[in-house]
Amino acid sequence: MNAADLAGWIRHAATLVSADAERLTRLDAAIGDGDHGLNLDRGFTAAVEAVDALPGDAPPSKVLIAAGRAIVSKTGGASGPLYGTALRRAGKAVADLPDVDAAALGAALTAALEGVQELGQAAEGDKTMVDALIPAVAAYEAALAGGADLTSCARAAADGAAQGAEATVPLQARKGRASYLGARSTGHMDPGASSTALILRALADVTVEG
Amino acid sequence: MRKLINAPADVVPDALRGLAAAHPSLRVDGASGTVMRADAPRAGKTALVSGGGSGHEPLHAGFVGHGMLDAACAGEVFTSPVPDQIIAATMAVNGGAGVLHIVKNYTGDVLNFRMAAELAEDEDIEVTSVVVDDDVAVEDSTYTAGRRGTGATLFVEKIAGALAEEGADLAAVAAVAREVNERSRSFGVALSPCTVPAAGEPTFELGEDEMELGIGIHGEPGRERVRAGTAAEIVDAALTAIDADLPVSGSELLVLVNGMGGTPLIEQYVAYAAAAEWLSGHGATVARPLVGPFVTSLEMAGCMISVCRLTPELTRLWDAPVETPALRWGR
Repeated sequence: MNAADLAGWIRHAATLVSADAERLTRLDAAIGDGDHGLNLDRGFTAAVEAVDALPGDAPPSKVLIAAGRAIVSKTGGASGPLYGTALRRAGKAVADLPDVDAAALGAALTAALEGVQELGQAAEGDKTMVDALIPAVAAYEAALAGGADLTSCARAAADGAAQGAEATVPLQARKGRASYLGARSTGHMDPGASSTALILRALADVTVEG
Repeated sequence: MRKLINAPADVVPDALRGLAAAHPSLRVDGASGTVMRADAPRAGKTALVSGGGSGHEPLHAGFVGHGMLDAACAGEVFTSPVPDQIIAATMAVNGGAGVLHIVKNYTGDVLNFRMAAELAEDEDIEVTSVVVDDDVAVEDSTYTAGRRGTGATLFVEKIAGALAEEGADLAAVAAVAREVNERSRSFGVALSPCTVPAAGEPTFELGEDEMELGIGIHGEPGRERVRAGTAAEIVDAALTAIDADLPVSGSELLVLVNGMGGTPLIEQYVAYAAAAEWLSGHGATVARPLVGPFVTSLEMAGCMISVCRLTPELTRLWDAPVETPALRWGR
């Protein structure tokens, strides 16, 4: 993927988040305060503006870092710092590569996961976005190890994230605002895991199109 | 539900414009969502910055002024401010003696303030953060994100603000802020949900005869839904929960009966009467009472009770002069 492909990912993620903002907000209303879709829509709208404002010769790392910065400065809540950090770390991981191959993208996703865990201190099973991100990265790495190309790896990650998000339904939250509900947080999909699945679906979509 | 707004997206900037127009003692930077004392920065004074989602008025902007905060950052409704806002407020009020960040324990607030504190270090501004986590409705265990920061935020901002006004250094101001937090507990009850303007729907539904026990201040559901009770029963539920965590017997207390935004003052006084009787019946002395809507959740009906076990020094600092839009005495 070159810089234009990654910018396409951010644009497509923004489209999917915007289209699903109401559903994300509804999920959040069940176990949080009901603003996840609104906030993330605002953040990704800003990310698209930031990416569009970059010079044509900006490298892939700059695309991801600019998107991450915009999300931190516009989203608020917990999702702003977490998604912003994820994209910035992914950007730093690809360093000055002009083109991101399957292995480099895998390393970028791993760096994003590490950044999210460092900041949010959440582990698998806490009912957070990490529950979508961990299986996504694992599925990506497994596909890569099996010799799959970037498209297949991205598709595996998207499927892994979707399954991970689904699996948060019965969990009791131990991090974030949903944790304040204790046992009442069970029976609802985590909104952060759900949006993570959307953003990785967007990645798989653009790699197929590309 | 119908709200007195122009457009959902403009609620926060419109409210800040109104605040600026109504209070010449404040300076409002609409672009960064920062509300400052008009005389900030003050050289050599430890500065206090707080902030959080909007919708909790008068918290925090209503507590900016002499003897309390130097600045507050207003996030979107129920959404923490972003690091850009927090760093703008921090830089605007830094008088060279460092800045105390007073942060309510909600993940979004904690993460955004932490990122801002790192940015402040890059600017060579000394920042210390104190996280308020007074809500006993949430079990404090290694498995949760910890207790929420709610009503006691007012106590922390007032008492730490008084000490800073006297010229104390950052370490001393942070220490007293932590002491107040450790000595304070809160518990809230909702009789109706609230509606975030941008969402347009109530954050949860309550039946006619139901109430939510153990709510926070973001319109989120509480820990338990029960049959609605009398004011005395509601107060008993709140104070029993507080007393189980921090026994009040033998203490001199600062007591806040806080309206959540949609409960009239007459009902808050009904609740205060019940609270004062409950506390004296349990061997506690109310040394300093405060009744009113100070830490709200939009138009949510209900109340939150907060107590702080005072020491002579904390009482002295509570009594110190304060002059802000929402809290004002002695000056």
